[in-house]
Amino acid sequence: MEKHLLSGNEAIARGAYEAGVKVCSAYPGTPSTEIFESLPQYGDALYCEWAPNEKVATEVAYGAAIGGVRSLTAMKHVGLNVAADPLFTAAYNGVKAGFVIVTADDPSMHSSQNEQDNRYYARSAKVALVEPSDSQECIDFLKEAYRISETFDMPVIFRTTTNISHSKSLVEFSEREEPAFEPYVRNAEKFDCSPAKAYRNHPKVEKNLAALEAYGETCPLNKLELRGNKIGVITASIAYQYAKDVFPEDTSFLKLGLTNPLPMGLIRDFAAKVETLYVIEELEGFMEQQILAAGIPCIGKDKVSKLYELNPQRLKEMLFGEKPVVKELPVKAVPRPPVLCPGCPHRGFFYTMSKGRDFVVAGDIGCYTLGGAAPLSATDSCVCMGGGFTIAMGMSKAFAAKGEKKKVFGVVGDSTFFHSGMTGAAEILYNKGGVIPVVLDNHITGMTGHQDNPGSGYTLQGEIAAAIKIEDVLRAFGYENVIVVDPQDLAAMQKAVDDALASDVPAAIVCRRPCLLIKRIRHEKALCEVDREKCIGCRKCLKVGCPAVMIKDKKSWIDPNQCVGCTVCAQVCPVGAIAKKEGK
Amino acid sequence: MAVKHAILVGVGGQGAILTAKVFVCGLMKAGYDVKMSEVHGMSQRGGSVTTQVHWGEKVFSPVIGPGAADFLVAFEKMEAVRYAHFLKPDGVAVINDFSQPSATVAAGLAEYPEGCLEAMTDNFRCFTLKAAEIAEGLGSAKCMNIVLFGAMTHALGMDEIDWEAAIRETVPPKFLDLNLAAYRAGRAAVNA
Repeated sequence: MEKHLLSGNEAIARGAYEAGVKVCSAYPGTPSTEIFESLPQYGDALYCEWAPNEKVATEVAYGAAIGGVRSLTAMKHVGLNVAADPLFTAAYNGVKAGFVIVTADDPSMHSSQNEQDNRYYARSAKVALVEPSDSQECIDFLKEAYRISETFDMPVIFRTTTNISHSKSLVEFSEREEPAFEPYVRNAEKFDCSPAKAYRNHPKVEKNLAALEAYGETCPLNKLELRGNKIGVITASIAYQYAKDVFPEDTSFLKLGLTNPLPMGLIRDFAAKVETLYVIEELEGFMEQQILAAGIPCIGKDKVSKLYELNPQRLKEMLFGEKPVVKELPVKAVPRPPVLCPGCPHRGFFYTMSKGRDFVVAGDIGCYTLGGAAPLSATDSCVCMGGGFTIAMGMSKAFAAKGEKKKVFGVVGDSTFFHSGMTGAAEILYNKGGVIPVVLDNHITGMTGHQDNPGSGYTLQGEIAAAIKIEDVLRAFGYENVIVVDPQDLAAMQKAVDDALASDVPAAIVCRRPCLLIKRIRHEKALCEVDREKCIGCRKCLKVGCPAVMIKDKKSWIDPNQCVGCTVCAQVCPVGAIAKKEGK
Repeated sequence: MAVKHAILVGVGGQGAILTAKVFVCGLMKAGYDVKMSEVHGMSQRGGSVTTQVHWGEKVFSPVIGPGAADFLVAFEKMEAVRYAHFLKPDGVAVINDFSQPSATVAAGLAEYPEGCLEAMTDNFRCFTLKAAEIAEGLGSAKCMNIVLFGAMTHALGMDEIDWEAAIRETVPPKFLDLNLAAYRAGRAAVNA
């Protein structure tokens, strides 16, 4: 059979197609994004969309499951915090057709703000947890997850980690299943969570969970690999792959794919067959704590760290004290942190903010989180999606309480504005906050790799859609003075900030310039050059934090391979030594 | 055969991921089990980028830690130094003699280190080439990654694999001739 090299994310999309899924809704977030980017290839077989946020996506997908078709949502780990509200109640109501929530966790925080272990969500919400360990399992386990969802009447959490979502391995395809549809029949007793019905639903949740636990004992997702009787390893997810590389050939494995509820009978039998039992898992001791609580001795988190992503070499060192042999070089590399790209529209705004030392700027999640990095160092905080406006609100109330005179700006991007910034904008206006909300509208969801959003004018399939204008939303709320500005024009940007601060009526700023990496837009190509005769070597141009601008022989130099001619550096040059050349 | 491990390192935008895809295509055609991993996300913004490729009869982990790589392919020489600890002591490195200052260097907050190439050649079996210059000589700086791929295939010594066929399958047709030329030039550059 033909083999295909697919990432875990691409394989989940394939699995959804093969499972006969009909409705898919998600909000992008690393490392989950490519699941939905891989769905439009299946054309009319399924409907897929980018939703404004993970809560909306989960509700849309769950609504489809109530409506009678298999549905999918996907998000990064912190996205499930946003979607937790519908999850917990969907667990009580149950489903009509299968409903799967993919959570892609990010151990080591390659692109995340925390290292939360979302397996606890399944335990807390009392739903099934399925964990694949490679791309083939992403397909096969997803199909089984739909059967579990329908058989046990519950949502299923399907958990990957970065190294499952983003690693590629060989898979085989199968035909698409076409589940039979039934006409919709109203069932408010089941799907209306009013208190009396919820009260009656809770015993059903416990009963379904107990039935699922019994099923786990024989479930095909839980696999026994019996070799020797000296060492036994219970593991799941990507940790299985690491453990297979690290333990001796004659080690027996109990590899679990259904990890909530745990099949404690299977675990007890396996433990009885081996002399020493290990539980190998990344992040928290999720399985180990339950196994220890069941009175089964095992070795786990006392040896294997709870911190960060594992790998075979790290695991070997932690378990057996074998340090990798590594050559020390006499030279050390200096850091290469991610930065705002040359020509990034956010640069002009953050440069302007970096000059006002009495400004407090609450930042948010996106490319513009990089506005906090040196040399711009313009933001004071970054907490979560949408937090830019509301953390700013809290700070302004604190400053008012202390009598401290600080000018507070709350910053979100365009996608974040639609995600959860709008509620913060309402809060600031409603509760008379001393905050200037700023939306950095680059017309795309940038950091996750360019996904469309309700403001960009296109759908996930690339079809033209309604583009909601951010300034219209703000004006409709009651911001009477909404200043729309091109952030790359530093004089105009400064004026917008000054005007907003001086405004007698509620003011907001929309910085509008599309991201240079948007492919469907024709961007002007130009180049800035330094006149070495005029340059006085004052290094002011370095303050804009552009990776194309650097010092060569004590004077400024602009790397022509990186420069796109945005002129922000030229605008800050005090002697006019930087000029733009058209064309490139 | 024991599983072999290669790690490709560079700077966002240099084309390391496409190179890994061509490499994996060749390995798949030769019948190996293959796994590949990429770090996405923030690395797209000029940060350091790594891609790992593992092949053998049966591959388990899609990632390795320090001291485990058989091959290191560095698209930039400071990145070679940054990831040198991933190489086994007897591992082989292919290094692009090319420097791209990081943002910290550009901003004057750090100095680009001297002697990156020498540190590597003193400690490992290395193949070095000026892939950027070779690519520009062929008419496009963009094919630098396939120049390096050519050098890499020579260093691997897996001449039974038809790497040119892998290039034909992976790169867009309109860039095929350029990339085949780049591949051959890269091989020739380290096969002296």
